[in-house]
Amino acid sequence: MTGLEVAFLLLAVTGGLAGLLVVTSRNVVHAALWLVVALASVAGIYLLLAAPFVAFVQVIIYVGAIVVLLLFGIMLTRAPVGRRVLDNSPRARVGAFVVGAGVFVMLTVFLAGAFADERISIQAATATAALGTSLFRNYVLPFEAVSVLLLAALVGAIVLARRD
Amino acid sequence: MPLLYPLTFAAFLFSVGVYGVLARRNAVMVLMSIELMLNAVNVNLVAFNAYLRDQLVSGQIFALFVIAVAAAEVGIGLAIVLLIFRNRETVNIDEVDLLRW
Repeated sequence: MTGLEVAFLLLAVTGGLAGLLVVTSRNVVHAALWLVVALASVAGIYLLLAAPFVAFVQVIIYVGAIVVLLLFGIMLTRAPVGRRVLDNSPRARVGAFVVGAGVFVMLTVFLAGAFADERISIQAATATAALGTSLFRNYVLPFEAVSVLLLAALVGAIVLARRD
Repeated sequence: MPLLYPLTFAAFLFSVGVYGVLARRNAVMVLMSIELMLNAVNVNLVAFNAYLRDQLVSGQIFALFVIAVAAAEVGIGLAIVLLIFRNRETVNIDEVDLLRW
């Protein structure tokens, strides 16, 4: 087992545990802070998979912007604390657990059947220049579509949230 | 590194997100679980990009697109949650049944 795999397993265990705590925590603010841990471990996994630019974008946008936005949402909706106000009934939770575990088992079995012997040989990290060249040469149309989407979301959020 | 490592991690994160979406009744918590699921998809995209060694780095670019769409989604989602809270004094998604009848 190489050092890369050890580092990956450590990050994956951290991220997985933090993800579990996000969906089981009794306190909304704690859940948001565990979400930070989960997203940061995913950023570390991007680094290990030779994608540094995506990792930094993950830290800036997810940890820096989205979690702060979620914390503002928690603050403005008078966050309640406790299992009964945050979660559905125990029966619904058992159903949710069955569905989640079923999805996990199904995905793992299918993926293990399809990619059991494949290996990633990590090369040099993707240069940001290569990413930018590809983005603005081959994917410029989706890029523009995303910018229009962000503008629409901005206008929509202002229209929805303002008082009149 | 075996390709199965990141794929299994992504599958686990996605299933945790599925559980969270179904088990939580607070709308902000549901949005957090959706973020977990989107992250699982991104891990898959970046892992397959490294596996296939794509010349166009398509996997990483689509991961960036997914991140941008996630930012838009959470902005709109929180605006809707705030609007519901202002009108109904609750953010429990099982009590918001305007469209049911």
